[in-house]
Amino acid sequence: MRMLHYWRALWGIIGRELWRFVTQRERFISALVRPLVWLFVFAAGFRAALGLAITPPYETYILYEVYITPGLIGMIQLFNGMQSSLSMVYDREMGSMRILMVCPLPRWFLLLSKLLAGTGVSVLQVYVFLAIAWFYDIQAPWQGYLWILPALLLSGLMLGALGLLLSSFIKQLENFAGVMNFVIFPMFFMSTALYPLWKIKESSALLHNLAHYNPFSQAVELIRFALYGQFNQQAFIFTLTAFIVFMAAAIIGYNPSKGMMTRKGGG
Amino acid sequence: MMKKNILALLLTTALSGGAQAETVFVTLEKDNALAVVDPIAAQLIKTVDIGSRPRGIAISPDHKFLYVAVSDENTIKIIDAETLKEVGKLPSGDDPETFALNPAGDRLYVSNEDDSLVTVIDINNKKAIKQIKVGVEPEGIAVSPDNQWVVSASETTNMVHWIDTKANAIVDNTLVDPRPRALGFTADSQQLWVTSEMAGTLMIIDVKTRQIIKTVKFDVQGVTADKIQPVGVVIDKERKRGYVALGPANRVAVINAETFAVEKYLLVGQRVWNLAFSPDQKRLYTTNGTSNDISLIDLDSQAVTKSMGVGTYPWGVAVKP
Repeated sequence: MRMLHYWRALWGIIGRELWRFVTQRERFISALVRPLVWLFVFAAGFRAALGLAITPPYETYILYEVYITPGLIGMIQLFNGMQSSLSMVYDREMGSMRILMVCPLPRWFLLLSKLLAGTGVSVLQVYVFLAIAWFYDIQAPWQGYLWILPALLLSGLMLGALGLLLSSFIKQLENFAGVMNFVIFPMFFMSTALYPLWKIKESSALLHNLAHYNPFSQAVELIRFALYGQFNQQAFIFTLTAFIVFMAAAIIGYNPSKGMMTRKGGG
Repeated sequence: MMKKNILALLLTTALSGGAQAETVFVTLEKDNALAVVDPIAAQLIKTVDIGSRPRGIAISPDHKFLYVAVSDENTIKIIDAETLKEVGKLPSGDDPETFALNPAGDRLYVSNEDDSLVTVIDINNKKAIKQIKVGVEPEGIAVSPDNQWVVSASETTNMVHWIDTKANAIVDNTLVDPRPRALGFTADSQQLWVTSEMAGTLMIIDVKTRQIIKTVKFDVQGVTADKIQPVGVVIDKERKRGYVALGPANRVAVINAETFAVEKYLLVGQRVWNLAFSPDQKRLYTTNGTSNDISLIDLDSQAVTKSMGVGTYPWGVAVKP
């Protein structure tokens, strides 16, 4: 196989995903509406209740809207990761997965391409979200908007890999509701997306630990620090490790001879 | 563990290299101390004991001395601004809280809240030369930059009293909104800005006619009206913008000094009390009473850049270039 084949396959997959994203205007809007509702409605309600302590990377008092913005960015990427896993299940049901999987390129490469495509889409969504937030007076230093890009790529890959892993377990599209209940909600609410760790610690040490070791929390913190031009090493290592673990498991999961595919009877 | 990236580091270095070094002094009402802060490096340099319940603070025009009202010791202490050693005391009368220096730096006017008096002190001779009877509970006090007026605000009488500096006597009074707390002159001495703690307003008084020409009402989204208690007020030299500390609303209001419209509310620490400009007026410092910190506001970007702990109950603030 030559590089060109890889390149063509990569762009084929990314192009398809982007095309799907651009043409499905409803999907684009709904992907934005969800975090915006949280920002304009949920955060507004909590405005006075929270945001009265200074924790890094913040150097002064912030409004709750400012605090949850990185969390909502994480939410965009989390939903995006799950959505692409949903589309994998759909592709499998519709048979287009078969076409992808018989492509004479290594499986890991195809999965990674799929992942990159999904991450690219989520990055676009995040920047549109940040642009709207900017007009809502949630403004980070301009360098932050550059530093956030590598953070978004890593967190997007990590959450996408989690989606891939889950999709290898899900047999039918209908089971996706389970993913919602057992993965998205616990991950989102048991994280630093909505409330800082010290706040969680006040109520429960167990919840604090769960939130602290939740990969989603680490991804959110990586994004949060990057948005203020800072590098959170711990969050970076944690997110990277989680990505590698999820990705490796997903590749095994999609291996016809070893993984879940045999049990489910086909790809 | 958290490493700032190189760019941010370079930027900070460049900024700190470009900005003038200045020292911020903050009185700590509960710690009985004076906090010395390097605001550019965002560092609390040291805290020195100053006496029981220090509140009002001012720096002499030559920046050599600090004057600190040590309320429970019934005196205003003169502190060497370099060595931070006490070099003298002024006879302030009972329970001094707020006071004002004249532009020449040889007269100091003290509000004696319990006795309804304003004490005039000759700094060079360290003597009280006159006590002027004013309304009930005088608090805010200011001297006009042209040295024509001393204005004292009585919290209970709801008046500002216009004292002629030559005669040291009240020549006029202006009725204002309830509980006037603080006041500040514009640099051209044409306007006096007065805050009313209870009405939650700022009144702009024309000095020539001594009449209120505009009342500004504050309204912070998501903060109940009873928490909006305007206190400290400062106006920049160019008379472009004025800034008002809104007490328990935890905000500093930015007011357009031409249209008197409130442009912005900046979130700072809890119960923001007093304000002071940096010498170049590029930054504004706030004392946040109950969150025990001060906030730094960058005036070019009109944004709060940093809040840092200084000690218990920060009250007054003065800046030395």
